[in-house]
Order: sequence, then C-alpha cells, then structure tokens
Amino acid sequence: MSTYSSTLGGHRYRFDSLARLLAAASPERSGDRLAGLAADSARQRVAARWALAEVPLAQFLAEPVIPYEDDDVTRLIVDTHDVVAFAPVAALTVGGFREWLLSEAADAEALAAVSPGLTPEMVAAVSKLMGNADLVAVARKARVVTAFRSTIGLPGRLATRLQPNHPTDDPAGVAAALLDGLLLGSGDAVIGINPATDSPRAVRDLLELLDGVIQRYRIPTQSCVLCHVTTSVDLMERGAPVDLVFQSIAGTQAANASFGVTLGLLDEAYAAVGELGRGTVGHNALYFETGQGSALSADAHHGVDQQTVEARAYAVARRYDPLLVNTVVGFIGPEYLYDGRQILRAALEDHFCGKLLGLPMGLDICYTNHADADDDDVATMLTMLGVAGASFVICTPGGDDIMLNYQSASYHDALYLREVLGLRPAPEFEAWLDGIGLLDERGAIRDVSGTAHPLTAIGKELAA
Amino acid sequence: MTHRQLSSGEDDLLMWSALRRHTQARIGLGRAGSALPTRHRLELQAAHAAARDAVHSPFAPEVVAAGLTGEPTVRVRSAAGGRLTYLQRPDLGRRLDDIDRAHLPGGDWDLVFVVADGLSSRAVHEHAAPVVRATTALLDPGLRVAPVILAEQARVALGDDVAHAMGAAMVVVLIGERPGMSAADSLGAYLTYAPRPGTTTDADRNCLSNIRPPLGLTYETAAAKLAALMGRAREMGLTGVGLKDESDSPPPPLPVPSSGALPPNPRSSDAGGAGSFSPSGG
Repeated sequence: MSTYSSTLGGHRYRFDSLARLLAAASPERSGDRLAGLAADSARQRVAARWALAEVPLAQFLAEPVIPYEDDDVTRLIVDTHDVVAFAPVAALTVGGFREWLLSEAADAEALAAVSPGLTPEMVAAVSKLMGNADLVAVARKARVVTAFRSTIGLPGRLATRLQPNHPTDDPAGVAAALLDGLLLGSGDAVIGINPATDSPRAVRDLLELLDGVIQRYRIPTQSCVLCHVTTSVDLMERGAPVDLVFQSIAGTQAANASFGVTLGLLDEAYAAVGELGRGTVGHNALYFETGQGSALSADAHHGVDQQTVEARAYAVARRYDPLLVNTVVGFIGPEYLYDGRQILRAALEDHFCGKLLGLPMGLDICYTNHADADDDDVATMLTMLGVAGASFVICTPGGDDIMLNYQSASYHDALYLREVLGLRPAPEFEAWLDGIGLLDERGAIRDVSGTAHPLTAIGKELAA
Repeated sequence: MTHRQLSSGEDDLLMWSALRRHTQARIGLGRAGSALPTRHRLELQAAHAAARDAVHSPFAPEVVAAGLTGEPTVRVRSAAGGRLTYLQRPDLGRRLDDIDRAHLPGGDWDLVFVVADGLSSRAVHEHAAPVVRATTALLDPGLRVAPVILAEQARVALGDDVAHAMGAAMVVVLIGERPGMSAADSLGAYLTYAPRPGTTTDADRNCLSNIRPPLGLTYETAAAKLAALMGRAREMGLTGVGLKDESDSPPPPLPVPSSGALPPNPRSSDAGGAGSFSPSGG
C-alpha cells in the first residue's frame, strides 16, 4: 500500500492509503464524519486534494480501495477494465484528467469512447477536485441514450418517472395518482411504484394495473413495481407483465448482500428479462436505484468514503445495460447528508460519475423532514441537474410521497424545468401527448384542469 | 349523481373530490403557469413546518412526568449533547451520558420503560404517558417495574444501555417517530428482551408504530399489544423476528418465493431507507 503526502502552509500532511486520501479529499458531509473518515480540518482536506491531483490514474488500477480477494465488486471493476479505451487518458494524473474533461477535446464522442476504460474510483477521485460548476459542465457533454418503449437521454430532452405510490397499494388510489401525473405530462421514463409489501401477489396486481393502462391508452412508456429482484424473476416465470426489473444496489459485495442481492442473481434476472423482449424501440430492461450512505448504513463500506463507494455501485449497474439508474440522493437522512448543500453536492457528484461511467443517470431529488432542507433546495437542485443534462427525475403528486414519507420533486417541478430550459419529453411520449391533446402550440403541457380531457375516463371510472 | 348537464369545470372538480376518497396524495392541485397554485404551496409549507418544529422542539421531561402521576421517574441524557449532534451522530444517541449512567437505580427489575424524544418530542409529550399508564394497568401486579426513564436526545438503542445498566430483563422504548407531512406526532414502541448494548440489533426487537389516537393506534390497543408481546417474550425468553404479534389475527402468510427470507428492499417496502434506517432513526 502506498503512502501519499503534500505540504501546505509549511505543514506536511500524510495519507497512508489511496482510500484514506480519497476520503480526506472528499467535500464535507456528515456520513464521512460518522464513519470517522472525513478530513480533520479544512486545510487537511485541501492538502489531500493537492496530493490527489498528483496521483496517476493508473495507480487506481494498481491499488484497489477494497482488496480484490475480499469483494466481488472490486473483481468486477478490475476484470472488466478496458485497457484500450483507457489508453487516451492512461498517462494523466487526476489533476490532468480534470483539465482534459473540461477541455474541448473531451466532447460527447471522446467521453463515450473513454468510458469503458474508466473505473469508479477514477471518476470519484476527479470529482473531488471539481467544483459544482465543473460537475455540471462535464456531465452536460456526456451522452447516454437508452430505450425500451421510449428513448431516454437524447439532447434537449428530460424524462420523468411518474411515482403514484400509495401506503396500502390501493389500486384506486394508485390509479388516481397515475391519472394526475399523466395529465401533467409525466411518466416517459417509467411509471414506477414502490409497493407497500414485497408479496408476489400484491406486486402482480400492481403490474397488471399499470400494464392495463399502458395498453389501453397506448402509452409509449414502461412500468415497474420496485420489488426485490428475486420477486421479479419469480413473477416473470409465472407470466406476469414485467417490463423492467428493478433492484437497489450498492458499491460493495457486503452492502449488496444486505440488500439480499448478488451479481449472480442480477445475471439471472438480466437474462430472464432479456428473453421477454417487451421493449419496442429498445431493449434496455433494468432499473437500478443507488444512494450515498447505503454501504455505511449496512456497515459494509470497508473504510472507503461514501461518495467513492457510491460510484462503485455504477460499475455494478453498467454490467446490465440498464434503461434507468437514479440516485435517491436525499432520502437516507442527515447522518449521511446533513443539509441542502450536502445533498446538492452529492446529487451533482452522483450524476457526473454515473454519466462518465456510461449510465442513463437520473435523480430522485429529495429530502426527509429531519434533514435541513426544503422545497427551495429541490428547486435549486432541479435547476442545476437540468442544466447538467440529467436523463430523468422522479416526480410525485405535489412533491409529497405519502408511501415513503419524504418529499421529492413534483410534476409541477418537471413542468417548470422543461419550461425554463426548453427541455422536451422523450420523443415517443411527446408524440403521444400531442395525439391526446395535451401539448399546446409551443409544445408545452397544456393546462387541462377544469376541462373534460379524454384521459379523465380513468378517473371517472374510479370515481363512479 | 345528478342528471343535470354539468359544465366540464364542475365535472372535473367532482371527479377529483371523488378520487381523493382513495388517496391522501396531493392530486388534482391545478396549476399557476407551471407551478402550484398559492393555496397548495402554502399547504405544503404548513405541513413541512409542523414536521420541522416537531423535530426541533426541545424535549420537556416534566410534561411526561406530570402525566405519570405518582410514578417515579429518572431523567437521563444520551451522549449526543445537542440536537445538531443528535441528527448527525446516531451512534451517540444510542449511548448514555457516562455520568447519567452511573446514577441509574440498579435492581432486579423485570421491566423498564424508557420514554425517548427521538425525532418528535411532540409525539412523546402527547402520547407517552398515557401509553405507559395503559400498559402498566394490564401487567401482572407481581412484575417488578423500574422507575420510568425519561431520555433526551435518544434513539431506540439507548434503551439497551439503560436496561443493561439497571439490570432490567426487558425494555420498552417509547419514542417520537420521524415526522411526515401528514403526521408529526406519531409515537413508536420497541420491546426488547435481554438487551445487550452493541450486540442487540433491530431484528431482536418488536415494534408498534403510529400510536396516535384517534387517527393511528389508540392507547388501549397499543397497551394490549404491548402487554401480549411482553407476556410471550417472558415465556419464550426472546423478542424480535422469533416473536410475532399475534394479538389480532392477521391473514395467513402469502406463498413466499425465494425472496422470502431476504431483508426488505430499500424503497420497495415500508422499511424505508436507501440502506436501512428506521423511522425513528434506529
């Protein structure tokens, strides 16, 4: 194990491993402090960045932050590293890599070409040398396009996940929230429900409800009920209408084990959903959620800072060509991300790292009531992530999720973002919206409240 | 339903009010341009304000003590000095302040109640004393019940430290749950048999949540469930996943596939957490 050092203000700072150096260089957040990994002082943090800037990118291949023998995510990262793709940046230091990423040479094609040569630790490291604006500027250049029944990630587009959750999975309650979201132009990334239970029967009922609406109204989107991967595999075997297989994942083998998931289980699900072929314009059929702090929460972080561990989860995700990946950035609570400032930083880091690693990265921009954050923080994050080119955001009725008991973006927030940044829905979904009279002459979502829109047939049936 | 021809606006309003019977979600809010109408924006802010105030209002142990007429009480603090530390350092909220630990009355107790502020002192002020009283009334009179411990800046696992320090065989922690937008005064109850600080985990506890009459569990129901759980815990010598709440008859279990033994998926179940945090912060 190497040691790293730098001198700042006449004081010599030493860091006795790459993992310690990465942790000390990380922007301040409560989770790293809780883990005892954060820099002791503001100056030590900057000293760590000076030292990190000098580390050659190749060193990350030589010194895994979690040993190869101990962790299957490390083995995945090392065994699938693409040396040829890495070649253009192989001679750079982390500091030099930052400058290359910001340069004109690093356009969409160059970023896509180098992506398989990058490891999560490399992109996490460079993110620690970047300001919030850097994270926006580089992520904005990256282009990741995926498709199932709609196409996600095209330039000038922003998709949304419509999240019609209900605390008891009541079908009428779910359908009412679904109608609300559709009338506000939401749902092109996925119509995705967090179920109250993981019981196969309950999950299947919800899948059939969503599938029925999608077929009846010929909506070019996909459904997902966010159950455990093994439940999805089981339901696929029994012929349930599974569009996307969901799983929460993390950046270490032990943290994944705490979610009850292994790479083997994911391999099995990937193969099974691939055989269904339910996509029309594409076949990306996995959906992953991640979030900083999950490894620490499971006591499975191996002394690695929470942002670097989070980036390692993206190595797991990219193995399965997912349609959608999102970080649930403010959900975990103030012991990991204390306030709006820390949540914003984490959101920008996760989006940047995911995009550089080739993922269709979206966000659940959210907060809990014990974090020091509010709806103004959501607006700030949403705007910065919209500029950064986020593939999609999660939206809930009024921004208040009554099932998960947290606040996220609202359907209205997505309307705002599309309006101020000129972003349009996924093209297939946009055409559908136009066909049912929900687009105005400028292509914005028409305000149909107080009118008898045909879609309200869903609501009239429920209300009767 | 009227047969008069409705205008489409009236029709729309009727539809949304009918749909609201099925969900508490904030649906059919209308628009001001792209944004929420003023009324709905302020309603959201009011709900968030109630939750924030519940998290940050100081715990007043004397309010709980006053509701426990005649019962002896002892006040303790956790190792998390203040609210900001408490929110960022769950480990400190699980541990007693060293001086306070030394002053706990030791004894051969069968049971100790710990009233902990958790994330809503409001929930504790309103509901903790009635739950202690209703539960105590149902217990075997021979049971040796310790003085009620009133704990400040405390998480659930602080009860393990308390019970261990006092020599109590069983602990019930009554704690303020994380406030949501619809309820900021929800009380949780956690029962643990033979708790050991540092080795007892959440899987070793039984939990009742949403004690909040009249909308949530009533005091009487919570007390009956707790008393039944305690009786079974003493018979079996354990709490947690090995001890189910059988005080009412739940539907038979659904056929379970290979995922049955797995821990809950974050965001895919009511366990919550992109990891695993409990509603009251573990």
